Amino acid sequence: MKMSYREAVRQAMHEALVADPRVFLMGEDVGKYGGAYACSKGFLEEFGPERIRDAPLSELGFVGAGIGAALGGLRPIVEVMTVNFSLLALDQIVNTAAALRHMSGGQFSVPLVLRMATGAGRQLAAQHSHSLENWYAHIPGIKVLAPATIIDARGMLGPALADPDPVVIFEHAQLYNMEGDLPDDWRCDIATAAVRREGTDVSLITYGGSLPKVLAAAEQLAAEGIAAEVIDLRVLRPLDSETIAASLRRTHKAVVVDEGWKSGSLAAEVMARIVEQCFFELDAPVARVCSEEVPIPYAKHMEEAALPQVPKIVASVKQVTGK
Amino acid sequence: MNPVPYDKDFAQKLLFDMLRIRRMEEKCAELYGAQKIRGFLHLYIGEEACAAGALHALAPEDNIVATYREHGHALLRGVTMNAIMAEMFGKQSGCSRGRGGSMHLFDAATRFYGGNAIVGGGLPLAAGFGLADKLQKRQAVTAVFFGEGAMAEGAFHESMNLAALWRLPVLFCCENNLYAMGTALARSEAQTDLCAKAASYAVPTLKTDGMDVVAVHEAAKLAVAHVRDGLGPFFLELQTYRFRAHSMFDPELYRDKTEVEEWKTRGPLHTFSARLKAEGKLTEEEFLALDARANAEVQAAVDFAEAAEWEPAEDLLRDVVTPA
Repeated sequence: MKMSYREAVRQAMHEALVADPRVFLMGEDVGKYGGAYACSKGFLEEFGPERIRDAPLSELGFVGAGIGAALGGLRPIVEVMTVNFSLLALDQIVNTAAALRHMSGGQFSVPLVLRMATGAGRQLAAQHSHSLENWYAHIPGIKVLAPATIIDARGMLGPALADPDPVVIFEHAQLYNMEGDLPDDWRCDIATAAVRREGTDVSLITYGGSLPKVLAAAEQLAAEGIAAEVIDLRVLRPLDSETIAASLRRTHKAVVVDEGWKSGSLAAEVMARIVEQCFFELDAPVARVCSEEVPIPYAKHMEEAALPQVPKIVASVKQVTGK
Repeated sequence: MNPVPYDKDFAQKLLFDMLRIRRMEEKCAELYGAQKIRGFLHLYIGEEACAAGALHALAPEDNIVATYREHGHALLRGVTMNAIMAEMFGKQSGCSRGRGGSMHLFDAATRFYGGNAIVGGGLPLAAGFGLADKLQKRQAVTAVFFGEGAMAEGAFHESMNLAALWRLPVLFCCENNLYAMGTALARSEAQTDLCAKAASYAVPTLKTDGMDVVAVHEAAKLAVAHVRDGLGPFFLELQTYRFRAHSMFDPELYRDKTEVEEWKTRGPLHTFSARLKAEGKLTEEEFLALDARANAEVQAAVDFAEAAEWEPAEDLLRDVVTPA
């Protein structure tokens, strides 16, 4: 069935709300407004204000309340409009949700799902364009997901809600309008990376909003005789190192593409693992294409210049493969 | 002063519970000097009437969320002194398996949810417990303890608003001991009337003498009844004083010794026992017997903690995520 990423997210939440009375959705403008990205349109009318809970502009407060509600027996989906605003809730996510199980000696799990939009590309400038997935992926005690396909947008929420620990889901804002086929069998795991395109010359490793760019680059490279394998990380914590290593054993070369800033990026972590685990498989230095180290600018040409783009990815692959 | 409105048994129970906290914490200070307890240790000495009066107004189905100065709350909630002491020693039979220490006492069985060491961090959590209880139609109350310092945090304002807006069953218990670490209330808050701040969220408030266990208990009963009746949150200010330093690292440069001595004349233990004696509800022999029992419990807890096993270092990575 053809549908948009937005519709896939909506259907996933709808299914969860129907299936489990403990599930409720809470966040800014999830109710009357229908969700900042229209993922919960019509939910308020269908499920009522108790379960589709419009929250005040209190990210710290309602994320913390989501943690408490999870501890109290519910299964909250807390929508923080964007990762940019999640910075106001970092204390509760890092100091409470992620740490509680450990600092209580294993007594309490926090079955909380936090959803947030992420990424740049819509000329929203420095305060509305962050890609901080790697910050969250740094923290032990939480799982971090980056659905980049229609199937993952539809299928990842179920296992995330079933997970006894906090799960943070990043939905790249550029993906909501993406259309694609949802097969009948769309169930998926939240543990493994996926090979999105097979190839033998180089591994392109990416996640989230960069996946369509990387697939486009792979297509272009194929026309020039370079067979790129594309790995979608899907799960940013814990990383599926084995799928990465298996790809490297086939291709012996890698380029990591990450919308985060280069310094301290998730790309840096992936590269470190490749070096740790596949050093003797490598035929060339591992390369990466990240965002330039600048707050994301407003002007369209400047924003484009700051972000990973298909030509940059292609150029990097050519350098690595020497072709 | 009005007579103590409790029978002898309950009155002595309140006194005994305050004594248990006091004797336990005096021992903790000593053990800190002996390096048996490390890290941060925040003593509650002087403030015991707050925990004793408030916790005796709560029921087993209620949730408790506390701060890093929570030894007394944990103890009176029913966490054993053995488990608390072992936790402070860092032993695996501690109530948080030695992973938390003094600031992170937790106990699922008694619905004791910490042990939160970020100032204000427990407040949003309490709103969430209230939401869970309300949506699941349980009559439980969530009591959240915090200091007046937390009222400068956004977490306080956001949580008060959420609780009031959604009429959540949360009892906000502010233990106003006048100092946020070393910063006096008037040096950090433009509005020093804490009840006025809370009232701005359309929440009923009550200010009470936190050095008087009877005053605290009576106020807490009233507040708990309001919350349990589904009338929404309630804000209780308990005016109290910490006799010891903020933590074991604090040289106390910010307050006069005379101020501390003045507050000590209002100490919750000696004033309450004197009152009970004057009313014929306590004899000196009975007091000494209670004190001996408290000391015996402390000694047994120390022995237990000393003898307890260290968790093997191979277990380091357990309890980060739930095992599959």
